[in-house]
Amino acid sequence: MTRAAEVVAEVSRSDWGRIVGALIRITGDWTLAEDSTQDAFATALLRWPVDGIPSNPAAWLTTTARNRAIDRLRSAASERARAKEVAIVESLQSGEQDIEDDRLRLIFTCAHPALPLAARVALTLRTVAGLTVPEIAAAFLVPETTMAQRLVRARRKIEEAGIPYRVPPAELLGERLSGVLAVLYLVFNQGYSAVERNELAASALSLARAVVALMPREDEARGLLALLVLQNSRRDARIGPAGELLTLEEQDRSRWHRDEIAHGLALMPAPVGPYAIQAAIVGCHARAASAAETDWVEIVRLYDLLLAQSPSPVIELNRAIAIGMRDGPSAGLELLSGMQLDGYRWLPAAQADLLLRAGRTAEAADRFREVIALTTPGQERADLERRLAELGS
Amino acid sequence: MLFIATDGEPDALLEQPGEFDAWVQESAQRGIRKVGNRLQPVDDATTVRLRAGEVLVTDGPFAESKDWIVGFDIIECDNLDEAIDYASRHPMARLGRIEIRPFWPTEY
Repeated sequence: MTRAAEVVAEVSRSDWGRIVGALIRITGDWTLAEDSTQDAFATALLRWPVDGIPSNPAAWLTTTARNRAIDRLRSAASERARAKEVAIVESLQSGEQDIEDDRLRLIFTCAHPALPLAARVALTLRTVAGLTVPEIAAAFLVPETTMAQRLVRARRKIEEAGIPYRVPPAELLGERLSGVLAVLYLVFNQGYSAVERNELAASALSLARAVVALMPREDEARGLLALLVLQNSRRDARIGPAGELLTLEEQDRSRWHRDEIAHGLALMPAPVGPYAIQAAIVGCHARAASAAETDWVEIVRLYDLLLAQSPSPVIELNRAIAIGMRDGPSAGLELLSGMQLDGYRWLPAAQADLLLRAGRTAEAADRFREVIALTTPGQERADLERRLAELGS
Repeated sequence: MLFIATDGEPDALLEQPGEFDAWVQESAQRGIRKVGNRLQPVDDATTVRLRAGEVLVTDGPFAESKDWIVGFDIIECDNLDEAIDYASRHPMARLGRIEIRPFWPTEY
């Protein structure tokens, strides 16, 4: 990558949302804001290698995006387009760049509960994080046209249904913030679950950092950031030599990023809200020098807290595994045997693991076959088949 | 009260332009039509419920077509959050559900 392309990519990561957000605030027009920002970055890629990189790349892109927006509006002769044009010209004349709230306003609006969840996620990645439609479509395994349509419909609903472009007032902030955090966690997991989609994990981390910086007193936001930082600190240890995903127990802990773990642990609020509790659980693993030294007593306690807060079969499953690790496999297996989670492959996966620990290899192999049948072909299934073969049964 | 419905695609084409205006004008002149308006597409609908004191907001219209429409209120708000707030204070938000549908804009 040339130096110019590197700087373009850098500014895209750090300032895309701000540039789009300011243009939406000025014009109220989401499509115009995104298209003009896209134009500005494309222009930078063409011009910077020839003209040199400007001394303030972000400011150059902001101005160029606004000029591009004016060009686009000139071709539409309506009164409404004229009003938007005047607003942009004013913003350029006043030298106003962007205000701190622009990115936060954008994050909250993209995560509004009146939008379908899939649209919230797509819009956040496109409008706030600046990922392209093909990138987002690939990450969520849907055709590009489907993703483009999803974004068009979301922008249309924001405009037509009157979803306000703002950070919600105090009385709505709590519930809306948890909606924002849910979107960011989903984006992170989508990125983290596949090696090649790390761009999504990076976007989620950077957005979570932005939310914490702008709302430092919100413990759940800090809880989510701590959770993401701690999980991400294991990224280099998750993949084995053959590209297979490794369990926590198999990972070489010397490859965990200790500085990031220290940072994540320092961020962690008291385990009160669901993200803070999950961060505390991941923190227990991060602190353990080896798998055998994991504090399962504390992890079971944290799962109890989490279950009391937000009961879900998935949390129950994880708690059962933790109990199996604390009190021995049969205690965990007993809890799992009562669970009904049809088609959820982590249930037979957990059973297989505990059966192996109890030395019941043949039963474990049966469970493995069940998991494989529920897994789509790919890296993950190959890993499972490798494990099954190792059992030799 | 007339509910005007479609499956998304009209079952037939307009026979001539201005059919809507003609119907509105005639019924207004005869003092029959009191109020009416075109709504934005169903994609723009938002459903509000109040359960256990919590306002539940979901994208889209009523899930079931067998839901009964039992009344209507026309409100004017600055934005969707304000509409959600008023809808959530309606007793039927607790007893049933309320679908928010924006009117088709008249300016522009």
